[in-house]
Amino acid sequence: MTLLVTALAASICTVIWYKTAPKSKMNLGSLCLMYWGASLMWLVDAIFEYAELKEAYFTPAPEEMLNDLFLGLSVVILGLIIWLVILLIRDPKGVVKAAIFKKN
Amino acid sequence: MACFLVPAAEAVITTIAAKVVKSKEKAADGTQPEVSRKIPFSRKLKWLNNMLWGGSALLAFEHVWHGEVVPWFPFLTAAENSADAAEMLHEMATTGVVMAALVTVVWLGMVAVSSAMEKKAYKTVPIEDQEG
Repeated sequence: MTLLVTALAASICTVIWYKTAPKSKMNLGSLCLMYWGASLMWLVDAIFEYAELKEAYFTPAPEEMLNDLFLGLSVVILGLIIWLVILLIRDPKGVVKAAIFKKN
Repeated sequence: MACFLVPAAEAVITTIAAKVVKSKEKAADGTQPEVSRKIPFSRKLKWLNNMLWGGSALLAFEHVWHGEVVPWFPFLTAAENSADAAEMLHEMATTGVVMAALVTVVWLGMVAVSSAMEKKAYKTVPIEDQEG
């Protein structure tokens, strides 16, 4: 479930990046790569788990699935927070700088 | 258990490599002809860095979620006894290494595709432009 949620986030993010590139200064490419990197790593994790559990891998307990769903959503939000922090620090549009040095 | 440490270690190496390559590119910037509009290799390395650092960070969070990473020494619950530590090292050597390898292979694919696109774009540039 975590893999599915992260891969979905990566796909949506990539579509948005493609629609807004190359004009966008939002640094969406970094967020896409972050989600794709995590998705690939969870894919490997899933393959190893499948090799161990066989078909039982596809029939998880509802409680386990719900926990994984929460984890997946939390991971997506954490990724967004990391991206936001990087975006605000780099401040490609100079918005933060303008807000800080704005004369009252 | 601690599989994310392998891609994280690779990320440290590639980050240092990207910094070194970038400084070399800056030094060679003045000597390059203007027509070489290739994507700098340091930028391509940054793609790998983003995938490795991002993936490792999100996987580290998953380990915190499952109680496998804790904020006190030795930080990894599996490192508290030798049996779990052996299992952790085995997981790092299998899952961790495959994770790092898969991300690297995907990145190599991205580099190959972008290089092919650059070559194609270069071929379409008029000859007088190529001569600078």
